[in-house]
Amino acid sequence: MSTLSYKKFEDSDSGVLPDKMTVFQDCLQAFNASPVQAKRCRMLLARLLRLLYSGDSFPSTESTTLFFSISKLFQHKDVSLRQMVYLTIKELSKTSEDVLMVTSSIMKDAQNGDITYKPNAIRTLARVLDASTVNATERLFKNSVVDKNQSISSAALISSYHMLPVAKDVVKRWTNETQGTISASKVFLTSPVANHEQYGSQNLSSFIYQYHALGLLYHLRNHDKMALMKMIQSLSSNNVLKHPAALVQLTHYIAKVLETDSSLAGNFESYFEIALQNRSDMVALEAVKTIVTIPALSGLIVKAIYVLDTFLSAPRTVVRFAAVRLLNKISLTNPENIVVCNGSLEGLINDSNRAISTYAITTLLKTGNNDNVDRLIKTIAGFMDDISDEFKIVVIDSIRSLSLKFPEKHKSMLSFLNDRLREEGGFNLKNSIIEAIFDVIKFVPESRESCLEKLCEFIEDCEFTELAVRILHLLGNEGPKTSKPTLYIRHIYNRVVLENSIVRSSAVIALSKFALIGDASINKSISILLTRCLNDVDDEVRDRAALALKLLSTEKFDEARAFIDPGFSYSLPILEQKLAQYVNGDEESFNVPFDGSNIPKISEDEARAYEYKEKLNSIEESIQKESKQPKEEVSEFAKHNLLQQQYAQELSSIPELAAYGDLLRSSHVVDLTEKETEFVVTCVKHIFAGHIVLQFNVENTLTDLQLDNVTMVSEPDFEEFVEDFVAPIESLKPQTTGSTYVSFTRSETLEGCLFTNNLTYIAKEVDPATGEAAEGDEGFEDEYRVESVDIVPGDFIVPSFAGNFTSVWDSLPNPCSSVFNLSDAKGIADVVAKLIKDSSMSPCDSSELVGSHASHTLKLFGKSINNENIAAVIRFVYKESVGVMVKVEAKSVNAELGTFFANEIIV
Amino acid sequence: MGNVFSGIFGKLWGVNKEIRILLLGLDGAGKTTILYMLQMGEVIKTKPTIGFNVETLKYKNISINMWDLGGQTSIRPYWRCYYADTAAVIFVVDSTDKERLETARDELHTMLKEEELSDSALLVFANKQDQAGALGASEVSKALNLVALKDRSWSIVASSAIKGEGLTEGLDWLIDVIKEEQM
Ligand SMILES: Nc1nc2c(ncn2[C@@H]2O[C@H](COP(=O)(O)OP(=O)(O)O)[C@@H](O)[C@H]2O)c(=O)[nH]1
Ligand SMILES: [Mg+2]
Repeated sequence: MSTLSYKKFEDSDSGVLPDKMTVFQDCLQAFNASPVQAKRCRMLLARLLRLLYSGDSFPSTESTTLFFSISKLFQHKDVSLRQMVYLTIKELSKTSEDVLMVTSSIMKDAQNGDITYKPNAIRTLARVLDASTVNATERLFKNSVVDKNQSISSAALISSYHMLPVAKDVVKRWTNETQGTISASKVFLTSPVANHEQYGSQNLSSFIYQYHALGLLYHLRNHDKMALMKMIQSLSSNNVLKHPAALVQLTHYIAKVLETDSSLAGNFESYFEIALQNRSDMVALEAVKTIVTIPALSGLIVKAIYVLDTFLSAPRTVVRFAAVRLLNKISLTNPENIVVCNGSLEGLINDSNRAISTYAITTLLKTGNNDNVDRLIKTIAGFMDDISDEFKIVVIDSIRSLSLKFPEKHKSMLSFLNDRLREEGGFNLKNSIIEAIFDVIKFVPESRESCLEKLCEFIEDCEFTELAVRILHLLGNEGPKTSKPTLYIRHIYNRVVLENSIVRSSAVIALSKFALIGDASINKSISILLTRCLNDVDDEVRDRAALALKLLSTEKFDEARAFIDPGFSYSLPILEQKLAQYVNGDEESFNVPFDGSNIPKISEDEARAYEYKEKLNSIEESIQKESKQPKEEVSEFAKHNLLQQQYAQELSSIPELAAYGDLLRSSHVVDLTEKETEFVVTCVKHIFAGHIVLQFNVENTLTDLQLDNVTMVSEPDFEEFVEDFVAPIESLKPQTTGSTYVSFTRSETLEGCLFTNNLTYIAKEVDPATGEAAEGDEGFEDEYRVESVDIVPGDFIVPSFAGNFTSVWDSLPNPCSSVFNLSDAKGIADVVAKLIKDSSMSPCDSSELVGSHASHTLKLFGKSINNENIAAVIRFVYKESVGVMVKVEAKSVNAELGTFFANEIIV
Repeated sequence: MGNVFSGIFGKLWGVNKEIRILLLGLDGAGKTTILYMLQMGEVIKTKPTIGFNVETLKYKNISINMWDLGGQTSIRPYWRCYYADTAAVIFVVDSTDKERLETARDELHTMLKEEELSDSALLVFANKQDQAGALGASEVSKALNLVALKDRSWSIVASSAIKGEGLTEGLDWLIDVIKEEQM
């Protein structure tokens, strides 16, 4: 008489599912038979459930037929059969019609049935009720919710929860009963039904109904903020909740409250202190998680970190994982706080769980600061022998980002990288090491010579052609800039003697670049070496040598210089796009040579600014797998470039603009209306040498109105801006988008201006049948006011890279400063993010990462559209009473821009 | 082996035999009250039946699965899902509800046309006789046009479910017919 007895009916381990049609037929036959054979029916129901649980389902008609046949089993009193009937009806209720037919029978069981299946009956009841029948169950649910037996109470609470979407009003009637249940004590029957619910601490599991009641109550009170708040506050202080799941849930609710109103944090501090000590690790971890994410609770962070530290040595893998993951999260913003855990983190480096050891190592490296980074790297070096290539790559990547953060510590990191380079390892590992060294050279200029030296040694004995080629290319670019170029010439020439043809031909190119130094004796020896290469067996090598010699011997050496070292690179995505276009053109298009002149060129500094930012971020992203946005394939830089290119193309279709020259900069898209209005208007500001063009994108969201002759009447508040012309949208059909342009001659200086905007148009009604305006309909003139547009400092600035911010800052003239108070700002981090976007400058020295809630310094660097350097140091202090106070200091070669920036970057 | 013998003896002695009886009729006629009166011998407080109730009663050595199906208009279409293998139908009529007698008649005749019920005996309870103004059994019989029924054993008995009157009488008749015709 119990579900625990089991007779082998079919091999459930075989993984082969029973045949659906056979099960269907067998069920119908057995369930409709009289008298009912309980045992056989039970087993058939088990088969049917196996199918359903594995994801199979029956079409509505079959499902309904099955359902009616199963309803006939209610005539049999066998307890186990009844349980199986309930489980099956619960599943079939999703696909069957007319499930209300079993309502009365279930209600009878739910009220007077055997205790074994009473909870099953209640749970099934919730599936068959609908808005018309739910009223009849009010008494039943009220009684069940307050039942002394927790299985029954839980079943009623959960069922009520599931009924909320169809019958919230009815469920609300037992709010008081639910409330009472949270604090009631219940009997916990160890019947077979309850067995599977036992997890975690045995005696606590008898309180599971608290979790269910809390979840239900929260939804019932959701509309009434006051009542909700009262409930959360009393539960957080009266120590009534015992079950870990209930406490975790309560913690969630508190977090939600604090997210909207952080001033309440004080009320919950003692709750969190107690929660941190809870003997259920789940509760303590949830408390830590909340403390870490809610800034207002930062007073508890030290205690929270202490808890995490003890969890790092917990025996359960999942606890260690949760702890190290939280530490990693803290390390992104407040690495200094978790240095105390370094000992325990080091203990996890060799954890058998890969995820844990990876988190441990990357977290450790995040805690690196000027004082401990050398020691950290030594520690990590100690265990590098024991780990796989794959994992080594993770470590190398962390070191790479660390070296960008602490340029002055590059020595120890470089020697770490160099040691790894010497060790055994496959291509991927070696490649990642080389990449790391390349980055160090690029972004930490003072490391150049020691890096190059290491690389020279490496290619002496490098088994990977691809790596040798890349290193030779780098030696060619960087070698000439060093103090001892001849050293590298020797290393490079050795390759010409000893390597395969691919490496040899790269070496030839690298050699030729040393001619750029313009030293006669060096040129002479290069010529000699290159001349020897003319006898190479490989024609590629000979060709390259011949070309290089030709360039070297030319009279007009400056022209040759542009060949060897152009000083810029093309925007590769656009170059690719243009080339593809050219190649796919018809035969005639080949009559003219490919025109590369309108492909955007990127100066080295600009490229570096973007690359630096991406490099710093990429490491974090790869760890933050949980981050919501999927990683974009296209880099930010490429996207920005493509967008500029697209704008340039669109603008070139306006004939008046031909004379304006190159498009220097296009702003972000600025919203001028809410997103839900009839006409959604956005604006992009395009800056030319002597002009500014405002592009207004207008979306007509209406279905029955067409707009003709759409223009923006845009009035500057500064008379130096003079309107040149307006390019209207001829006709804007319903549910389409178009752009209208207004061009102004702008003042010479880089300064702000406010444009007030009024959209004017002729509105015509559209016949929905044809989609056209009625013929002869004159329409009526109308206008539509939208937000004004501001010219801001960022419109004149492009991000750029500063290898050493302090020295750049010191060298710039024209300091200017101003102070702001942002009383309604939520916190420093928000303001920092907004400023970086608005200023369109690059953050330097990792100052975009806000470590402290109380104060921060942001360093920004960029170039004006006239290619003048501008730098800013922005200091923030946060006090709850006054909000965020900001001091902006700017310096620029262009004094006006500096002043403009300092005064108006915050509006 | 055991099964075979009990099967044979069951047939011979008329014990251990299970039969199905359906309790049908319009809503509020007293079906549920009758079911539990027969099963427990007491009057229970009823609510409109959403779906059905099924109880097993032992009556004169026979095990009866008595199905009480809800009588509301919305539930009536599902009666037919439970027709198969039915030994007899007990049709309950509220003898005071003169207005709906016609509806009751139509439902009764439509139901009896069903192939699956062609062998089932019919017992009609003219219920609620305790109420003043209740029609007598013959009047109800007339209103239901029972004489029109051919090829079927039928009987009508005046009853009062809440007083427990007429129920055993009716059931006695029914069991006799079933034993005679079907066992
Ligand atoms: N006076 C009286 N009331 C009855 C009798 N039988 C049933 N009722 C009442 O009629 C109502 C409906 O009965 P119920 O059994 O639920 O009818 P069902 O819809 O056919 O199941 C209830 O209030 C019963 O108490 C009866 O013989 N006499
Ligand atoms: Mg009823």
